[in-house]
Amino acid sequence: MDFNLSEDQQLLKDSVDRFIQNEYDFETRRKIANSDEGFSRKNWKTFAELGWLAVGLPEEHGGFGGPVETMVIMEGIGRGLLTEPYLPTVVLGGGLIAEAGNETQKSGILSAIADGSCMVAFAYAEPTSRFNLADVATKAEKSGGGWKLSGHKSVVYGAPSADKIIVSARTSGGQRDRDGVSLFIVDNNANGLSRRDYPTADGLRASEVMLEGVEVGADALLGEEGKAMPVIEKVVDRGIAALCAEAVGCMEVLKDETNEYLKTRKQFGVPIGKFQVLQHRMVDCFIELEQSRSMAYMVTLKLDEDEAERRKAATAAKAQIGKGGVFVGAESVQMHGGMGMTDELKISHYYKRLMQIDTMFGNRDYQLKQFAALTQ
Amino acid sequence: MDLAFSPAELAFREEVRAFLAEHLPDDLREKVRNRRELKRDDYLRWHRILHRKGWVAGWWPEEHGGCGWTPAERHIFDEECHNADAPPILPFGLQMVGPVIYTFGSQAQKDFFLPKLLSGEHWWCQGYSEPGSGSDLASLKTSAVRDGDEYVVNGQKIWTSLAHYADWIFCLVRTASDGKQQEGITFLLIDMKSPGVTVRPIHLMDRGHHVNEVFFEDVRVPVENRIGEENKGWTYAKFLLGNERAGIAEVAWNKKLLRRLKEIAFSEQADGRPLIEDDVFSRKVAETEVKLTSLEYCNLRVLAEMQEGSPPGGEASMLKLLGSEVTQSITELTVEALGYYAAPYDMPDETPGSNRTPVGPDHAEGVLGQHLFMRAITIAGGSSEIQKNIIAKMVLGL
Ligand SMILES: Cc1cc2nc3c(=O)[nH]c(=O)nc-3n(C[C@H](O)[C@H](O)[C@H](O)COP(=O)(O)OP(=O)(O)OC[C@H]3O[C@@H](n4cnc5c(N)ncnc54)[C@H](O)[C@@H]3O)c2cc1C
Repeated sequence: MDFNLSEDQQLLKDSVDRFIQNEYDFETRRKIANSDEGFSRKNWKTFAELGWLAVGLPEEHGGFGGPVETMVIMEGIGRGLLTEPYLPTVVLGGGLIAEAGNETQKSGILSAIADGSCMVAFAYAEPTSRFNLADVATKAEKSGGGWKLSGHKSVVYGAPSADKIIVSARTSGGQRDRDGVSLFIVDNNANGLSRRDYPTADGLRASEVMLEGVEVGADALLGEEGKAMPVIEKVVDRGIAALCAEAVGCMEVLKDETNEYLKTRKQFGVPIGKFQVLQHRMVDCFIELEQSRSMAYMVTLKLDEDEAERRKAATAAKAQIGKGGVFVGAESVQMHGGMGMTDELKISHYYKRLMQIDTMFGNRDYQLKQFAALTQ
Repeated sequence: MDLAFSPAELAFREEVRAFLAEHLPDDLREKVRNRRELKRDDYLRWHRILHRKGWVAGWWPEEHGGCGWTPAERHIFDEECHNADAPPILPFGLQMVGPVIYTFGSQAQKDFFLPKLLSGEHWWCQGYSEPGSGSDLASLKTSAVRDGDEYVVNGQKIWTSLAHYADWIFCLVRTASDGKQQEGITFLLIDMKSPGVTVRPIHLMDRGHHVNEVFFEDVRVPVENRIGEENKGWTYAKFLLGNERAGIAEVAWNKKLLRRLKEIAFSEQADGRPLIEDDVFSRKVAETEVKLTSLEYCNLRVLAEMQEGSPPGGEASMLKLLGSEVTQSITELTVEALGYYAAPYDMPDETPGSNRTPVGPDHAEGVLGQHLFMRAITIAGGSSEIQKNIIAKMVLGL
């Protein structure tokens, strides 16, 4: 057993740490998050140069590394609270195309993701689907040689800046059938596609994506018609692993900052960290963080196992980090007193991100249910 | 033992209900219902309507312009107002400083301030906390130095709710620094228009402007604006806190929040069924409702004791603790009920870049912002940890 990073992985981690230290202090992050696009194109270019955008993609398309490398980057994204749409583009978009794409799709898009010239979003949720990935009302009907898409995709992270949006749509079956879900690669400026863009509470950007008879060619179909669910789940599990790592990064910052605050903030003539009730709660935060870190490693290392093992790992890890993240976030706010409530301090921003991480791909309750079903 | 309200109390409830049906403006009702940010004018409009009826401070003694309501009547009034989605009556003037003035103030102070408090002419804010003094309030440093008929005030207050709307601020200031901390504090009423007073906004995590920093630079305050005696301010401050705690459980408001949560959980879908039918979710809602019910009956017991003339002591801390926890679980569940639609961010009105049309279902409006703001209720007004210290010391003798 070995939980250490290899030499190359350590080098990657060093480059991530250096970038955050030099380019992403919290005030810079605030400016970036409040800018029109909500992220920095210049940073995106840097990511490409540093090779981060190629992580996890197939080697024959310029990619390198796998789950551990993704984890290293995502943990850094969590620590720096980066707003660049790495998860939608590289992990989800790149992942879906690498997993299900034909040679043309792969060679057309993957290297463009890696060199930073193509951004991607994955539109899976719908207004009434809640967390069920198979609950798809958006329809894709055969039309001419291609397909015609109609439906409403909700809260699509990264959609405002995406060049391509990968859409899950139903080609057959009832609204919640596992069979009959297909994936399509749609140009963000396609006729009939309209978006309503907005900032999200955690400082990212998302959209409502409306598809009104969007015509796409036969070559837009990604993977096998009607058989997308296993692919979606596999890539979403990678997304879950990535989010777990991001959450660990966020929790680590909160733990360090709060611990420091307890040592320096004085009330009643002593540092508040002298009050045992706060000590114990700080200890609880530390334990949640260590559990979450362990789970993030666990799910990362199990991503390539068979489906049942992988799903168990992902649901367990997501249930832990969903709960642990919100706990550490809320406790950090509370232990900072009034200061924790402010927009000025980082604390509340990390808390808001951890709340969204809990929701994304299904919250702790949802994951526990899935886990129970898999382990009964 | 008897749970029922008296016939007179029931008749009063009917009277309040009828009044609200007739006089609460629809646009205010809508704003409150949809969790929109209330502005100065919104609060004042409702304040004046209640004032015309004589109900804006119904629980004040009649000789000072109230109706002398019993605790039960006050409870009924609050309950009906929340049920009707009326704007809240802010506590700083009528609940906090008003009773201090009519209990400890001079005749001149009563004559000048009380009518203006009741009419809404004076908007008050509370200047207690300082950057270095939060939970340990008695360590406050803002100084007031006597100079003839005036005090010269220097220092800084922080977290002052709605100070940007206020005409007056009631402050705890330091007038002596030898001896016990508590014995060198004085209670001053300061006109916000005095030269040397500056208000600077603080934005909270919901990005709303609720609280402020207030700076005092050589602010001259006439000695006649001092409440009671010099260096005795802590006594009045404690009396005020006792008042602040009446109604602290916010039972009626919590009930309303819970009803809204259920409405939302009925209309949101999970696997093609209403979310409220989801086992896990409905269990969490039920747990919260049970906790709220226990809070309600704790509150009614305290109320009954108050009717018999004994003011709440450590129980008030218990009510605050339970009430704030219930509120936080309800707002958290409401966020959860929305799933992904909690994330689109609608900032409070008039914030630059605000997206006023809510994204997602109408009932998503303001839900996340409310939850984020409600993180403060276990911090403000004495944090939960401090409430537990109080119970441990005062009730349990530890
Ligand atoms: C939204 C909001 C509105 C407010 N409005 C007003 C207002 O209008 N006027 C006003 O004067 N003030 C106001 N306050 C201030 C509020 O009363 C203080 O924030 C509160 O008293 C806590 O003080 P602090 O923020 O300095 O936290 P600190 O006292 O620094 O506390 C930090 C942490 O340490 C804990 N702690 C401190 N001492 C102990 C102890 N002895 N044992 C265990 N734990 C301890 C606290 O519980 C908290 O978790 C407001 C605050 C907020 C957030």
